[in-house]
Amino acid sequence: MGVGIEVNNLNAWYGSNHTLQDITLNIPANHATALIGPSGCGKSTFVRCLNRMHETNPIARVTGTVRIGDLDIYEGTTPVEIRRRVGMVFQRPNPFPTMSIYDNVAAGLKLNGYNNRRALDEIVEKSLKNSALWDEVKDELKKKSGASLSGGQQQRLCIARALAVDPEVLLMDEPASALDPVSTSKIEDLIFQLKSQYTIVIVTHNMQQAARVAEKTGFFLNGRMVEFDSTHKIFTNPSDKRTEDYITGRFG
Amino acid sequence: MTRIRFQQSLEDLKENLLVMAGLAEQAIQRAIEAYRVRDLSICDLVNRSEIAINRMERDIDQSALDLLAMEQPMAIDLRFILSVIKINADLERVGDAAKSISDRVRLMQQMAAVDLPVDIPRLASMAADMVRKSLQAFIEADAELARGVLSMDDAVDQMNRSAFKALTKVMEEQSHLAPQALNALMICRSLERVGDHATNIAEDVIFWVQGADVRHYKSVAKTAAAPSTETNTTPAGTASAQN
Amino acid sequence: MNGARVQTEFQFRARLRGLTNGAATFLAVLSTILVILPLVAIFVYLIIKGARSLNLDFFTQIPKPVGEAGGGMANAIVGSVTLLALASLLGVPIGIGGGIYLAEFGRGSRLATAIRFTADVLNGVPSIVMGLAAYALIVTPQGHFSALSGGVALGIMMIPTICRTTEEMLLMVPHAVREAALGLGVPNWRSVLSITVRTASAGIITGCMLAFARVAGETAPLIFTALGNQYWSTSLNEPIAALPLQIYVYALSPYDDWHRLAWAGSLVLIVLIVLAVSLVRYVTSRGVLKGAS
Repeated sequence: MGVGIEVNNLNAWYGSNHTLQDITLNIPANHATALIGPSGCGKSTFVRCLNRMHETNPIARVTGTVRIGDLDIYEGTTPVEIRRRVGMVFQRPNPFPTMSIYDNVAAGLKLNGYNNRRALDEIVEKSLKNSALWDEVKDELKKKSGASLSGGQQQRLCIARALAVDPEVLLMDEPASALDPVSTSKIEDLIFQLKSQYTIVIVTHNMQQAARVAEKTGFFLNGRMVEFDSTHKIFTNPSDKRTEDYITGRFG
Repeated sequence: MTRIRFQQSLEDLKENLLVMAGLAEQAIQRAIEAYRVRDLSICDLVNRSEIAINRMERDIDQSALDLLAMEQPMAIDLRFILSVIKINADLERVGDAAKSISDRVRLMQQMAAVDLPVDIPRLASMAADMVRKSLQAFIEADAELARGVLSMDDAVDQMNRSAFKALTKVMEEQSHLAPQALNALMICRSLERVGDHATNIAEDVIFWVQGADVRHYKSVAKTAAAPSTETNTTPAGTASAQN
Repeated sequence: MNGARVQTEFQFRARLRGLTNGAATFLAVLSTILVILPLVAIFVYLIIKGARSLNLDFFTQIPKPVGEAGGGMANAIVGSVTLLALASLLGVPIGIGGGIYLAEFGRGSRLATAIRFTADVLNGVPSIVMGLAAYALIVTPQGHFSALSGGVALGIMMIPTICRTTEEMLLMVPHAVREAALGLGVPNWRSVLSITVRTASAGIITGCMLAFARVAGETAPLIFTALGNQYWSTSLNEPIAALPLQIYVYALSPYDDWHRLAWAGSLVLIVLIVLAVSLVRYVTSRGVLKGAS
């Protein structure tokens, strides 16, 4: 089951660049929340702060609190631990190129020392079914390498890989932007089904996509969160003029 | 500003709707004039206006459909296009009402002129005024002006009801005047309809500008008040809140 | 009028492009041939000169005293294998370890810069100097020549090549793959070993193969360390025979018999190197996909 995310006064710097300023919001559990905004507005940085991935950059720095469930992810735990509870799917599909489909999905578990063969088989099957890829690859799990699938399939493989470690939150950074319309639709349908089991945060450039999959939407601009409200409100009658100008295409 | 072509298309759509609105206003004015001076040539003009209005309704609907399909409008742009489509329909009905009035005028020419206890010119000018104000609210995107139109509808309805009473009395008591009375009745009804369409246009302007759906507020208030009387909370307070 | 002139201009240019294309292709093919030619020539020459001396004896017998016909280089073949095994045992782990440090953990640090510089310098040290260094460091304290010192000398020579190619190959692993591993909650060290190194494994192995092929034929370092041996010996503490050494000694000798053996030995050395590299390539290309993490 998913948990809610509570962000309070989050500020982030890359070196001297104040990338995020005073972000405060509550992401509801078991819903999909979309983050929209023009390029460079900080939405990707924000999402990476939610699983401490921004720390892979040595000049990154953060103040403020992020609570996932009742856990303060900066004070109460390590980055490695939090990334096991908060999964991530990236913009470009990145399956491990030297591993088979099976090994790719099981990677998160195997690399953490989990080796029970039977249990792994079950988890791999369940994850692939949850990411709507099982039927297409079930006969070639160990023979085909992860990199030999099509783009849309690779992305679903990455989703399966993220789901296999049973996270509570799934972060998706523009998951469909590199994919064709049919694959995009499949991913969107997937998000719809996954919502009931996980909390999903999806960064997207595509406003129609945000409108299609998310209950709540946040609009980021220049490192600040301008408006955070129900998707319906944001797209039919937003409160802030900057939000309206962005979604009607008057800028950005 | 980005999406310049799209903004231009929205402007063009507004322009075309205003042209159509001009035709509709003109049709009503002419119909009322035809009634006043009993000039059949003016009735012909009304007919021609109505044909042009119908053609424009189709064109504007087509443009609006194209914009919806091709440009994925959001928020205020989406509400604007939706309002244009609705106002479009109401303007076409106004055109129909004008034609209906002019047809009645033609019929009246074949009858004797009599004095009837109704002030049609006054009713007509009120209805025309509502149309003019609602269109001005659209031009200026002025929700306050539009709300002003909503409150004028009550007066028009009131006048229509008393005209109805007076004319039915004439038809009962002076049955030789029945044809003229019936004609006058139909004209009043058309004028009342014009008032309703102007109200609709005003509501659509409010929806476009403020994103608020203020239609049917009276009946919505009634159904909201009903359950609260059952549960014994203050009905008066709830009803007025809906207004 | 203008149109016609432009057209003929286009046609002229098109023809010129065609000629240029043809000339460039010809030069490219010519260069390829010129590069392959020496290799092929060597191989052919070796086969001509050495093949007739190849027989079972060559691979099973040790050299006979001067004057006696027959004999072989069995001890030298075994010796070379021993020395190369020793060298690999020393050079491969240190080289790969150094490469991993340079690429993954020490980026930007001064220690890393120093290591890289040292490796490059070491690469340029003449092999005979390497042999002298091993002599001073191992042979002198021990008091005798030995296979161990030869293996160490060769091993040290392998390190810079393996270290630098490992670093290059690791740096070529896309950032996205590392992020994927980190995003799963895998600790950094585990991600480096199981994911990054594994992804770069083909290139790393190529680096090892290059280093291996290079030291397999080195003679100078062995002169002062392994020394060479006329008899069977597999002990690490005694001088040991090696193919390059043996070839060197036989080639400079005045005996025709030994000359023939030298030619045969050269052919065998080259063939052994080619076989070793091919074998490793085959085994790892099959294993990379199947292998468990």
